[in-house]
Amino acid sequence: MSLPKRVRSAWRYLFGDSASAFGTLSAVLLIVLAIVPAKDYFREWLGYQKQYLRLIHGRGDATSLSRRFQGGLQQIWMPELGVVDRCTTCHTALKEASLADVKTQPFRPHPAIPHKLTEFGCVICHRGQGAATTVEEAHSSTKSWEEPILPARFLEASCGQCHLDRPMGTPRLNQGRDALAQYGCVHCHTIKSPDGVVMNGTDAPPPLQHIADKTTREWIAAWLKNPQAYAGSATMPNFQLADDETRDISAFLIAQSAPYRTNTAPEPAPSQDATAVQEGTSLYGEAFCSSCHAVQNAAGMLVGGNLGPELTRAGSKVKIDWLADWLRDPKTYDPDTRMPHYRLGAKEVGLLIGFLSSKSDSDFLGTTQLAPATPAQIEHGKTLVIERGCANCHAINGVKKPENFAPELTLVGSRPLEKILFAPGVPHTLADYIGAKIRQPRSFGNALKMPQYTLASQQIDALETALLAQTQLAQTLPAALHIPRSAASNYRPAGKAGQLIDDMRCFSCHKIDGRGGDMAPELTWEGSSVQRAWLVGFLKNPNTLRPSLIRRMPKFGVTDAEANTLADYIMTVYQTPAFDQETLDSSRFTSADAEHGKELFYGKYACQSCHIVDPNKDKGYIGPTLTQVGARLTASWIFHWLKNAQSLRPGTLEPVWNMNDEDARAVTAFLVAQKNAPRKEVAQK
Amino acid sequence: MTRAWLGWIVLALGMTCACARRAAAPAEAQPKAFGSAVVLVSGDKQAAGVGSALDQPVVVQVNDDKGTAVAGALVGFAGAGGVTFDPDHGLTGSDGQFSTNVSLGGIHGRYQIVAATRDASGKTAEIRIDEIALGYQETLGKQVSDIHCVRCHDSESTPQRVSNHDNLTAQAHAFTNGATLNAMSDADLAAIISHGGAALGKSAEMPPYGNTLTKPEMDALIGLLRALSDPPYRPQGTFNAGK
Repeated sequence: MSLPKRVRSAWRYLFGDSASAFGTLSAVLLIVLAIVPAKDYFREWLGYQKQYLRLIHGRGDATSLSRRFQGGLQQIWMPELGVVDRCTTCHTALKEASLADVKTQPFRPHPAIPHKLTEFGCVICHRGQGAATTVEEAHSSTKSWEEPILPARFLEASCGQCHLDRPMGTPRLNQGRDALAQYGCVHCHTIKSPDGVVMNGTDAPPPLQHIADKTTREWIAAWLKNPQAYAGSATMPNFQLADDETRDISAFLIAQSAPYRTNTAPEPAPSQDATAVQEGTSLYGEAFCSSCHAVQNAAGMLVGGNLGPELTRAGSKVKIDWLADWLRDPKTYDPDTRMPHYRLGAKEVGLLIGFLSSKSDSDFLGTTQLAPATPAQIEHGKTLVIERGCANCHAINGVKKPENFAPELTLVGSRPLEKILFAPGVPHTLADYIGAKIRQPRSFGNALKMPQYTLASQQIDALETALLAQTQLAQTLPAALHIPRSAASNYRPAGKAGQLIDDMRCFSCHKIDGRGGDMAPELTWEGSSVQRAWLVGFLKNPNTLRPSLIRRMPKFGVTDAEANTLADYIMTVYQTPAFDQETLDSSRFTSADAEHGKELFYGKYACQSCHIVDPNKDKGYIGPTLTQVGARLTASWIFHWLKNAQSLRPGTLEPVWNMNDEDARAVTAFLVAQKNAPRKEVAQK
Repeated sequence: MTRAWLGWIVLALGMTCACARRAAAPAEAQPKAFGSAVVLVSGDKQAAGVGSALDQPVVVQVNDDKGTAVAGALVGFAGAGGVTFDPDHGLTGSDGQFSTNVSLGGIHGRYQIVAATRDASGKTAEIRIDEIALGYQETLGKQVSDIHCVRCHDSESTPQRVSNHDNLTAQAHAFTNGATLNAMSDADLAAIISHGGAALGKSAEMPPYGNTLTKPEMDALIGLLRALSDPPYRPQGTFNAGK
């Protein structure tokens, strides 16, 4: 055999005598020792740093760039936040704005954000593994990696860990938080903010204790089968019920229903004139029902607001007697409804019923035929109602609201992947899991209770963003880092006026003292703003102040006494402490003041860009029409509004003009003179 | 020895087979017809948040030499920087159009996507389409703009707001108007936003927003203008120049 012979000769050559052995061993030792510095030399991050130095070498500002460059491992360490970030080791140019044209990572400068890198580090926002020093370990989003980088479209989730308020720069997070409350997620899932506040729903699901008076069993069954077939905008999800399940649940809901009028029978509906649908349609428009309710038009577009339910097929749903009662005063049926109490006369009620009855769709109920319910079916229906958790959202006789019905989501943004059962085909990341769960809940198992939502992909991204903000870190951050939301207000106006404000559900649209909706102007300082005579007139017959506004204040039909009560209250209570009405005496304005104010109005300040004083000439379409502003607003309010409108009504579109006293006084003099402006010429012709 | 060689050969064959199987692409949609040009129908220059899907699909049309739409032609979409398409290829419909939903990459800025088709001879015809990804700064700018600016600066009305653009004497520049706005420096823009048009010898119809908007809000607004600008904004300066 030749091989051992060769080996033998090699051995003799290398270790034949002590000198060769020493030399060989030294060489081996050197090689072994060289591995250590070589490994160090070839480290990934060192390669990036060299690459960076090559990149800046040829640039005009190479000297200053290389002066700011620090080689070696870099680290941002903030023990109180648990941050150990070495990202800046490779991302060397995060602060170098002059490298804006560099498109290759890891050398892109960080885009402008409101926080300093050195105060927050990287991982708090981007997640990933900050202490890692290889690309793979720091970012990896491979399967089951516990701390992957957060995909860019959910980045606002990280803002939500500290920001409990609504920052303007995080529209997606805000939208997601709104959606959690609006789509009823929070009725089944408990979600606590880091400040301990439990999120509440804003969707006001209707109570079902008197449902049999309102609609038919057939409608309930068809609705349960597919709520979106009745109204595309319905927020109730599809529970994917079988036909016998909808049959039994509807049987139970009818059986549990008790009459909502216990002592008196509902007044019969006024007779309707079938030919008066046209008149009813115009009344629907004049009463501004569409400020809150939407109806599909011929082109299939939804027209109207979303505060109340869509009415496209309302005629296929409600019973006429119930509808009449509801239109007379909705509170008799649902004391917590957001719908105001219109003071409608019998004729108007009849017209609206005529209009709404015409909004029917024979296809919707067409196939639903139900035989009378048996006791067994009713019992089964009750079991289903309990199983599906209907009482999480709806008040139902004999079924209590369940507690801890669905998993709590307070820490869902930190849920360990090892505890998650992924449906087939879902990538193993938390974001993908949450997305899949919202998109197709039943893909995780047919026995799951979560219903199927109809959401656009933007809405799902927003919901995911809000859920990914619910992290362990958010809960454990020092409280000082939390940016609080504006505190929820429980403001209730007192007395007779308070009752009227409640009766007309002013808070559904207007905000007063921190409580209420944002559809209409805030009224907290309304008493300082308007004149009493105008207010009484407006309450009785609200006219449109802003030409470009689509959603408008309805006419409630208040009586003189009611309008006076409300006006007295508003004028006395809703007064701003910011100024005194007496500071400006409008009786001392001269016509010269007004003339000078007019020049300023049209010249220096170009107010006509947004407002109309002379309807024949001005075209401004954004702010309220000012043709009769002298009869509407007080002089002091106008004066202070011109100086700083934002301080009087935060968030108003009027910019802060910071006018000097003379200018503000002159423009006020011009505006208070606008009392009985001639009607628009086009109207006279 | 011979057996070892045999082993090597078997291994090499096995590897080749494995690679070949990987390389064989899934059954592609076969074009039923060929066109010679791709034209854009709609969906270019949309702005969406980083990593997000664009609101509207991108629609392209394949035409033949005479400019008539070709049904059944194969269209493929491609883009760098993490852009994804749903679907990324397919055949044009009976109207000769193909539509895809586009999601942008994770870094703010402009993305160029390419829609391509092949004619009968295998020659590629393509069209390049620009889309814009908004980062934090631009997103904030868009919020500010939606509240305070677009009513006058955007001549289009939407169901939510009526445009005031045509009610003004001076024509407010659209924020996409790169020809005008690119010539203004950030400082110029900041000055006109905070001091208003009158202070700079322009129309007083542009009010001063210096006491209404904060500095970061103004910077964000300028960031948005730069992002939307068409032609694209290239910052002035010497720092990109070689030594």
